[in-house]
Amino acid sequence: MAEPATDFTLDSAALLAAEEHEVSIVGRSPTYLAWRRLRRNYVALFSLVVFVLIVACCALAPVYAHRIAHTGPNEIHATELVRVNGKDRQVVGGGSYLDPKTNQFVVRGISVLGPTWWHADGRFVLGSDALGRDVAVRLLYGGLNSLKIGIGSALICSFIAIVLALIAGYFRGWADWIISRFFDLIWAFPVLLLAIALGSALQINGFHHFGINIKPGSLWIPLLVISYVLIPYIGRPLRGQILSLREKEFVEAAVGQGASPLRIMFSDLLPNVASTALVFFTLIIANNILTEAGLSYLGAGVQPPNPSWGTLIASGQDQIHTAPWLAIIPGIAIVLTVLSMNIFGDGLRDALDPRAKVRVEH
Amino acid sequence: MAPFVIRRLIGMVAVLFGVSVLVYVVFILVPGGDPAQRMAGKNPLPANILNIRKKWGFDKPFYVQYVRMMQKAGNGLIGKHGEYDILTSFQNRQNVVHEIKRGIPATFSLCIGAGFIWLLFGVLVGFFSAVTAGRWSDRLITTFALIGVSMPVAWLAVVLRYFLAEQPKKPIFPDGEYVPLTADPVQWAFHLLLPWFCLSVLFIGFYGRVLRSNMLDAMNEEYVRTAKAKGLTRRRVLLRHVLRNSLIPIVSLFGLDFAAVLGGGAILTETVFDLKGVGWYAAQSVGDLDLPPIMGVTLYGSFFIVVFSALVDFMYAFLDPRIRPT
Repeated sequence: MAEPATDFTLDSAALLAAEEHEVSIVGRSPTYLAWRRLRRNYVALFSLVVFVLIVACCALAPVYAHRIAHTGPNEIHATELVRVNGKDRQVVGGGSYLDPKTNQFVVRGISVLGPTWWHADGRFVLGSDALGRDVAVRLLYGGLNSLKIGIGSALICSFIAIVLALIAGYFRGWADWIISRFFDLIWAFPVLLLAIALGSALQINGFHHFGINIKPGSLWIPLLVISYVLIPYIGRPLRGQILSLREKEFVEAAVGQGASPLRIMFSDLLPNVASTALVFFTLIIANNILTEAGLSYLGAGVQPPNPSWGTLIASGQDQIHTAPWLAIIPGIAIVLTVLSMNIFGDGLRDALDPRAKVRVEH
Repeated sequence: MAPFVIRRLIGMVAVLFGVSVLVYVVFILVPGGDPAQRMAGKNPLPANILNIRKKWGFDKPFYVQYVRMMQKAGNGLIGKHGEYDILTSFQNRQNVVHEIKRGIPATFSLCIGAGFIWLLFGVLVGFFSAVTAGRWSDRLITTFALIGVSMPVAWLAVVLRYFLAEQPKKPIFPDGEYVPLTADPVQWAFHLLLPWFCLSVLFIGFYGRVLRSNMLDAMNEEYVRTAKAKGLTRRRVLLRHVLRNSLIPIVSLFGLDFAAVLGGGAILTETVFDLKGVGWYAAQSVGDLDLPPIMGVTLYGSFFIVVFSALVDFMYAFLDPRIRPT
C-alpha cells in the first residue's frame, strides 16, 4: 500500500486504483461510451445489418439482372416461354382472343407467371408482371431508386437543415426570424400535398433555373422535392437546441477569444448537436422512403417505366386479382427497410442520449 | 393574453401571405416555359395564347402577375370564374372550388372518425406501454407501434382492401363507395371502417411512441415524486399527474395532424379506397399534370393547417401557463 496522497485529486485516485487492482482507470470519450452502449444493443445492431444487407442487395441489382436473370428492369418478355421444372410456361398468358373455330371474340383476363422460386434457372424468381417484366429484377432496381431517393434526400435535407439551424441559432434576431418563418411556411402545408404540387409542377418541363438542368422524369425531382418539404422536421428541433447552446458560457468564451462566427458554428455548436442530427438523419431516411412510396404511388414521384417501390405498388394494384404478389412484395420490402432504419435510429438515440437508461428502467 | 393572441394572428396572416407567394412560384415559375401556352391547353390558337398572356400579365413584372393571380383566386372563391383561372381546371374546365366542396363530406367523415380512433388508441397504447415499461406487454405494444409507423399507407390500404373487401367469396367489408351519413348512418360507418383503420394505424403508432417516452420522462420528475410521497394512490399519480402533463404535446401534434388530414393529407387512403374526397380529387389530376386542382387543394389544406396551428397555440397557452409570455 502506498502512502495516500495529501492532495486527493482525480489523478491520484487513478494511481491508487492502479496500485490496488493493478488496472488503471482509462478516460473514455463520450463517443466510445455511446458506441459501447450501442454495441450491447443487439436488436439495433441486427437491424443495421438488415438495412446494410438490403442496400447491398439493391446495389447489386445490375449484377443480378445480367448474370442470373438475364434481363433488364424494363425488358419485356410477355410472349416468351420459360422452362419451369422442365415444363414450358408462357410468361403472360390468357387475354382476349379471336376463336378461329367459332370466329367469336372471347374476352378473358390475362394470367401472368407466378413466382418460380429458382425452378427456372433464376429467371422470374418472383414471377412476372402484366407486361412480362421480371418482378425480382424490378424489385431490386426499384429498391435502388427508392434507397437513392431516401438516402440522398436525407443527406441534402439534413445538410440544409443543419446549416439553416446554425445560422438561425448563432445570429439570432433577424436571421432567426426569417429562417423560422421559412420553416413555418413549409410547415403550413400538408407534406404530401406540397410534395405532389412541387413534383407535378416540376414534371411539366423539368427544372432549368440557376444553372441547374433537370429533365422531367428524372430521379432528382422526387429526391429534391422530398428533401425540400422535410427541412423543418430536422431544422426546427435543431434550431431550438442551438439557440439554448448559444447562451452557454463556452460560446461566450469562444466569442471572447475572437473566434469567427464560422468557427463557432462549426467547431463549437455543431459537435454539440451532432448526436441529435445523426439520430434525425437515420429516422428521416425511413421517413423519406415512406414519402417516396406515397409520392410515386400517386404518380408524382418516380416516373414509369423507371421502377421504384412506390410505382411497383401502384402498378401491382391493377393486377391484384390475378397476381396479388405484385403489390404485396414491394410493400414488404419497404416495411423491412423502414423498420430496420427506425429500430436502428431508436437504438442510436438510446446510445447517444445518456438519459436513455433512465427511460427504460424508470 | 391579448397581446399574445394579436401577435399570433399577425403571424398567421404573414404565413398565409407566404403560402400564397409559394403557390405563385409553384404555379407560374417552377414549371418553366411560357405559362400562357401551358394554360391554353393542347393545340391552342395563337390569339388565345396572346389573350391569356395579356390577361394574366405574363409580359409584366412578377408582382403584377402575383396580384392578378390573387385577384383571380379571389374571384374564383366568390364564384366568379374567368376562363383561364387558377381555380379552373386546365383539363376539363371544372370549377376547382366547387369540386373541393363536393369532396368535403367524404373527407370530413373519414378524418373525424379516424381522428377519434387514433387519438383514443394512441393514448391507450402510449399509456399502457409506459405503465408496464420494460415488461413483455410493453415490448409487444412498442413493437406493434414501430411496425405501424413503418408501413406505407398506400400499401396497407391496397392489401387490406384486397384481403378484406375485394375477395370474390364473402368479403367481410364493403368495397369503397362513400355512403352519405344522412342517407344511412350504419352503412356510412360500415363503409368507412377500413379507411378509418388505415388512416389511423400510422398515427396510433406515432402517438403511442411519443406519449410513452413523455410519460417515462414525466415519471422521473420531482412533482411526481412529491405526489408519491404525499401518499397518493398510484392510479391518481399516473392519471392526474403523469398522464395529464404528458398529454400537452399530444394536443399540439393532434391539432396539426388533424388539420393536415382534413386539408387533403389523407390523399393516399382516399385514393386507394376510392373515397371521393378532397385528396382524391387532387390525386386524379396528378396523372394529367393538371395544376389548378392540385394547387387549389394545397391552398385549401394549408388554410386548415394555419388556422388549426393558431388554435393549438391558443389552447396551449390556456393549458400551460409557462408558454403564455412568448
